[in-house]
Amino acid sequence: MSEQTLLGHRPNYTLPEGELLIPGHVACPGCGGALSMRYALKALGPKTMVVIPACCWSIIAGPFPYSSLEVPIYHTAFETTGAMAAGIRAALKALGKEEITVIGWAGDGGTFDIGIQALSGAVERNEDFIYICYDNEAYMNTGIQRSSATPYMAWTTTTPVAHPKDEPKKDIVAIMAAHRIPYTATATVGYPEDMIRKIKKAQSIRGAKFIHLLAPCPPGWRAEASDSIRLTRLAVQSKVFPLYEVENGKRYTITVWPEPEVPVREYLRLQGRFRHLSEEQIQMIQEEVDESWTRLVERAGGRCV
Amino acid sequence: MEKVITGNTAIAYGAKLSRAQVVAAYPITPQTTIIEKLASFTADGEMDAVFIKVESEHSAMAASIGASATGARAFTATSGQGLLLMHEMLHWAAGGRHPIVMGCVNRGIAPGWSVWTEQSDTLAQRDTGWIQYYCEDNQEALDTVIQAYKVAETVSLPAMVVIDAFVLSHTSEIVDIPDQALVDEFLPPFRPAWKMDIDDPHAFNALVTPGEWFELRYKIQRAMDQALDVARQVDQAYGRVFGRSYGVVESYHMEGAEVALVTTSTITSTARDVIDAMRGEGIPVGLVKLRLFRPFPVPDIAAALRGVNKIAVLDRNLTFGQCGVFAEEIKSALYGSGLQVPLFDYVLGLGGRDVTPATIRQVAEHVLTHDAPDSPIIWIGVKA
Repeated sequence: MSEQTLLGHRPNYTLPEGELLIPGHVACPGCGGALSMRYALKALGPKTMVVIPACCWSIIAGPFPYSSLEVPIYHTAFETTGAMAAGIRAALKALGKEEITVIGWAGDGGTFDIGIQALSGAVERNEDFIYICYDNEAYMNTGIQRSSATPYMAWTTTTPVAHPKDEPKKDIVAIMAAHRIPYTATATVGYPEDMIRKIKKAQSIRGAKFIHLLAPCPPGWRAEASDSIRLTRLAVQSKVFPLYEVENGKRYTITVWPEPEVPVREYLRLQGRFRHLSEEQIQMIQEEVDESWTRLVERAGGRCV
Repeated sequence: MEKVITGNTAIAYGAKLSRAQVVAAYPITPQTTIIEKLASFTADGEMDAVFIKVESEHSAMAASIGASATGARAFTATSGQGLLLMHEMLHWAAGGRHPIVMGCVNRGIAPGWSVWTEQSDTLAQRDTGWIQYYCEDNQEALDTVIQAYKVAETVSLPAMVVIDAFVLSHTSEIVDIPDQALVDEFLPPFRPAWKMDIDDPHAFNALVTPGEWFELRYKIQRAMDQALDVARQVDQAYGRVFGRSYGVVESYHMEGAEVALVTTSTITSTARDVIDAMRGEGIPVGLVKLRLFRPFPVPDIAAALRGVNKIAVLDRNLTFGQCGVFAEEIKSALYGSGLQVPLFDYVLGLGGRDVTPATIRQVAEHVLTHDAPDSPIIWIGVKA
């Protein structure tokens, strides 16, 4: 596909032009999960099979007999993504079709909570697949209930304002890195070149790969649909969601340095789920974020981008 | 070639001869030696399969489904608690129409812990859409794995091949191992009509609205109806090639029988000896062995029992609040068949308690000396 501008120059696109997410999907406006899939498939290409457990994407992909993806999808039970992907990978090996990429595509509930056993089992066996978690930080498909990926002090329907979530977000990247898998990375759609580079890198590595995507959910975060990209950039700039990768569980590299640096307040204030926070609570979150960032920079051996 | 092997080894040979391409399994007593054997077959290169050593039975079934959906012949095996953990994915395998074959070793369900035989684990899965065979001996277990693949792949439904814990799983018998070339001819490679395919991409198992759901369930029932005919035909064809067939239901000494004992699994072998002895004494008792439980062979069971005055069903299982499952199913099958005779339900041998020739003789004498059962369940050997 080539596109000409009025001046006759071909635009210098930095993203692959092919589209495997086609019109007709049923995501909400501003859905970070839908954009995540679009970019992920741009990176992976058509020789890809996708496993989707119960999550928003069970709906977004479209009802039977439709599909909004031009690659095969196996819709599976909530807690089975890792095992289902392993079974597909084993069949492809048995059938001599090893050039095909298998991805597990799950939300935070299916990854951090109910699916963590099958995920841990699959990556411990170093199954050759990419597990991609699009994390919208709660059970959004069922109507915004707390998961172990929900951030500290956030409102959800099961952590109402009078009793917001009292525990920090589970560190899934540390859990995956502790499995010493070849490749673990964070990414988000506000930095699409970084995201696509990481997914392509994951595709080039044999063995288990894990990608953690921050995926804004305007209805669940009580945010404007038009703010989704802004939120992902603020999440990185405030160091709430640093962009980095971990190779073989040991080599940490920060891939996008937070620039400009912004206080967490800038990220939190666009989201109704944090509207109830007091100054003191925001300060507590800032301190926790600063501490995590310092630890990450130490692990990464400082700035290298 | 004849070998002296256990029931578990016989099932492993069945999977190997069927050329299963993916095995995903998790250890559990008394099933474990099936997958140990398959692990060594694949490691030694005797079997060309990918073995996934999953972290749970739930994942074993999920991975088997993934493999089957992608076009590989998949095998797994489990028992008791493992089978219960799989329950959600058993529905998934059947609903997704994936013809996986699974060796199941019957085991009592905890608590308290039991590793001994009882059929309540597999019978609790009767509504999942799986074909179920109950095997009497090790030869039948091996042969049934091969037959089960043929039936399952014809109707696109998964199948369980069930044996008793220890009585078969860990007991050695002489088993004829069929010739691989003959098995290959009998069971050609798995070629599913629909599979995960990058050249023809589809979404499997997406959200189904009320406008479509009903029809998908209807089709599973139609496939089950078809499976009964297919199971009969496959068994007969197997007999022509390998010289052994079993029927979906077998009648033993039923000519002129006034009383029929209905049995499954290894209790059948023991009962054959008792029937032989009683027939020798001139007592008109016969035996009906139920081999295929899902789909339930209603016409076959009704035909086998026609002409008897009384029926005694031996149930090594129990559905709490009702009675033994086989008795319940047979009563249901006979309703409307014109065969309205007293049916006695004997619940016995739970949790692996021995069912000896004396136990079966006790059942036979009870049914012979009573006109009708005086309770819905007749407990044999319970220390109440």
